[in-house]
Amino acid sequence: MSTLTPTPGQTVGPFFHYALPYDGDRDLVPPGTVGAVRLHGTVYDGAGDPIPDALVEIWQAAPDGSVVQEPGSLRRDGWTFTGFGRASTSRDGTYSFSTLTPGPTEEGAAAFFAVTVFARGLLNRLFTRAYLPDDTDALAADPLLASLPEERRETLVATRDAQGLRFDIRLQGEGETVFLRFPGH
Amino acid sequence: MTTPAPSPGGPLASQADISAEIAGIEQAYQRAGTEETQPRLDYPPYRSSILRHPTKDLHHADPETIERWAPCFGHRDVDPLEADLTIQHGGEPIGERMVITGRVLDGDGRPVRHQLVEIWQANAGGRYVHKRDQHPAPLDPNFTGVGRCLTDANGTYRFQTIKPGPYPWKNHHNAWRPAHIHFSLFGTDFTQRMVTQMYFPGDPLFALDPIYQSITDAKARERLVATYDHDLTSHEWATGYRWDIVLTGSQRTYMEPDEDEADA
Repeated sequence: MSTLTPTPGQTVGPFFHYALPYDGDRDLVPPGTVGAVRLHGTVYDGAGDPIPDALVEIWQAAPDGSVVQEPGSLRRDGWTFTGFGRASTSRDGTYSFSTLTPGPTEEGAAAFFAVTVFARGLLNRLFTRAYLPDDTDALAADPLLASLPEERRETLVATRDAQGLRFDIRLQGEGETVFLRFPGH
Repeated sequence: MTTPAPSPGGPLASQADISAEIAGIEQAYQRAGTEETQPRLDYPPYRSSILRHPTKDLHHADPETIERWAPCFGHRDVDPLEADLTIQHGGEPIGERMVITGRVLDGDGRPVRHQLVEIWQANAGGRYVHKRDQHPAPLDPNFTGVGRCLTDANGTYRFQTIKPGPYPWKNHHNAWRPAHIHFSLFGTDFTQRMVTQMYFPGDPLFALDPIYQSITDAKARERLVATYDHDLTSHEWATGYRWDIVLTGSQRTYMEPDEDEADA
């Protein structure tokens, strides 16, 4: 189908912090907004150590399941939900977003955040999904989750904690997150 | 081979050690005979990759609705002046002024229109404005090295900047990165998201660099090298380079009513 060969990716390297992060990058809605949820977690390497120089991006539907096509992710006005966010990890490897809960994009579908991971030492970006844990029928019917062995499935499902949704990302080793290859990749 | 397996915390290897590892992987790649077009995630000569690559195969997924769309950026997000990295401070930055331009295309050759391109780079002395960059080369008070633009209706991006210098890093003893500009790209689908590095033609450091060589296929590596274009070079002002970027093919069924509204 494709006629041109894609350009290769390369690592984001160690020096992206003065370029890619921006004010409000991780706040899809201002923290404390009615209906806001926290999506957060830690990015780990194969030794189980947190990765302090990773970058996590999310792209998601609105709470009603619609796909948002509104500009303004780079210059947030505090009122427009754009569905895109970016968070660099802290020195302890944690990232955190303030956002809204994505709705299912189709009737009965499992809702998820599309997630991209970048890091120094990671030679190409990785795609994954952070599913909402609540609708167990939808999770059971999800084609991607169904194609995975049980013990790997749970790496894609966020868990509820006191502050919202927790989604840890393990690049390697025990509990390694399932990363995705899309057609054409 | 009898050499111990490299570890991220081990003693620094020599360039000869790294070059031998690179050559070994390249020979095995050529023997295998299967074409690769992207970097290996598991590439031990790049020591930081050892603990930061997935060991399991990437799992096939058919993109679902949200993944067949991408975030939308507009003139609200990006000031046109952000495409000129030479005017962000009070004076002229030091170094070779240059223009880099090209088109962002999807795998079917369609232009990726009105989409965000972000770049960052070292200055002419090979130094980044980053607190973790301890290379004792001078910072340039007139150069930050960060730019953004939106592609136009033809998928074209364009930046004016300063040619970055090569710089040392700690992967192994006397390790130097070829001069490069980091690029961050979005497509029409989230699955097309990518970050990469653009290099300059004829760099003597190519053969020595494990990040560049992590793309085991020579043809694929060359897709990251810009072309010097004298027609882009301007009289007594700036040199010109051209570099086109191809994203993975769009999975979204394409609708062609052109959204060529007010294109600045």
